[in-house]
Amino acid sequence: MYIEPHAHMVSRTTDDYEKLAIAGCEVLCEPAFWAGFDRSSPAGFYDYFRQLTEYEPKRAAKFGIKHYCWLCINPKEADDPVFAREVMALIPRFLDCPTVLGIGEIGLNKNTRNELAIFEEHVQLAMDRNLPILIHTPHLEDKLKGTRLTLELLATFSQLERSKVVIDHVEEHTIAQVLDAGYWAGMTLYPHSKCSSSRAIDMLELYGSERLWMNSACDWGVSDPLAVPRCMLEMKQRQHSAAAIEQIVYHNPRKFLSQSPRFVL
Amino acid sequence: MPTKQELLDLQFIEVRHKLIEVAAFLDRIDRHPGAADFRYAALQAAIPILLSARPDRTSGVLQALSDHSHETIPKAVIQGALGAARPAEDSDLGKAG
Repeated sequence: MYIEPHAHMVSRTTDDYEKLAIAGCEVLCEPAFWAGFDRSSPAGFYDYFRQLTEYEPKRAAKFGIKHYCWLCINPKEADDPVFAREVMALIPRFLDCPTVLGIGEIGLNKNTRNELAIFEEHVQLAMDRNLPILIHTPHLEDKLKGTRLTLELLATFSQLERSKVVIDHVEEHTIAQVLDAGYWAGMTLYPHSKCSSSRAIDMLELYGSERLWMNSACDWGVSDPLAVPRCMLEMKQRQHSAAAIEQIVYHNPRKFLSQSPRFVL
Repeated sequence: MPTKQELLDLQFIEVRHKLIEVAAFLDRIDRHPGAADFRYAALQAAIPILLSARPDRTSGVLQALSDHSHETIPKAVIQGALGAARPAEDSDLGKAG
């Protein structure tokens, strides 16, 4: 039994829900993100938010999986601030939906000025509504700089509860800064970029499991919806106890996500 | 916690395979025509970190393949990432904003 705290199921087939259920996935959380292409209008996001709040929970429920989501305009489509603010104006009407946990996945993509401005406005929206925040950190060569800019921006919000913020896609060169600043950190198990199972377990061994979770982020790209259970297997092969495995894949995400009163197991 | 011997039993063949893939990639680049770009130079700069005795080689390699500039950039030129920081003189991507 485990929780998948970050999966982009709009990009996956219904077969994947079945595989997840067979593998023991009890709950799945889906942050709003890029769909592999730029949407041409805010109406495209309106439909996407309906898909996240109405359709995917029903599709997941057919396999006994609870589906929750996070809402935002993602950083890849946030470099046009006029467009981004039109999309942001749609978000409040969805925030009262029963499966919406918070604002995410927000943050930076190419570390631009406009991305940072829209990121800041999302953080303010979350704080105004007392919602948890899920933050994306950039890919590959942009991650180190993007993580630093992210932490600098968050530090300007003096009233921000750091325990209600998870900074995702950490790797070995960014995890210490995130944890030292008091935030939760997410390790994304993803082929060719982000983090492998072996490296995620290394980070667990080095930094402990207190404010860490792991996820597959399975999306439209080459990715594996079963990455978390595969990592659970490698943890077992590396002699991690059943209790330690359960802590990282179940109790930790449950603890963070339960900060939203809507998250019910 | 597994011993060194147990980790070798578990993962040596997989890592051996990956190391040979790196060697083969370098050979492949060298024998093909044209000029390599900043990504090849970044790989060459990162590989010596593997031979160092530091306890954080993974972080070292990631740092070597990262953009170390500090300021936001004015506008995204591409949406994706290339895996190594492009030198500032090649593109606005690496320039301070």
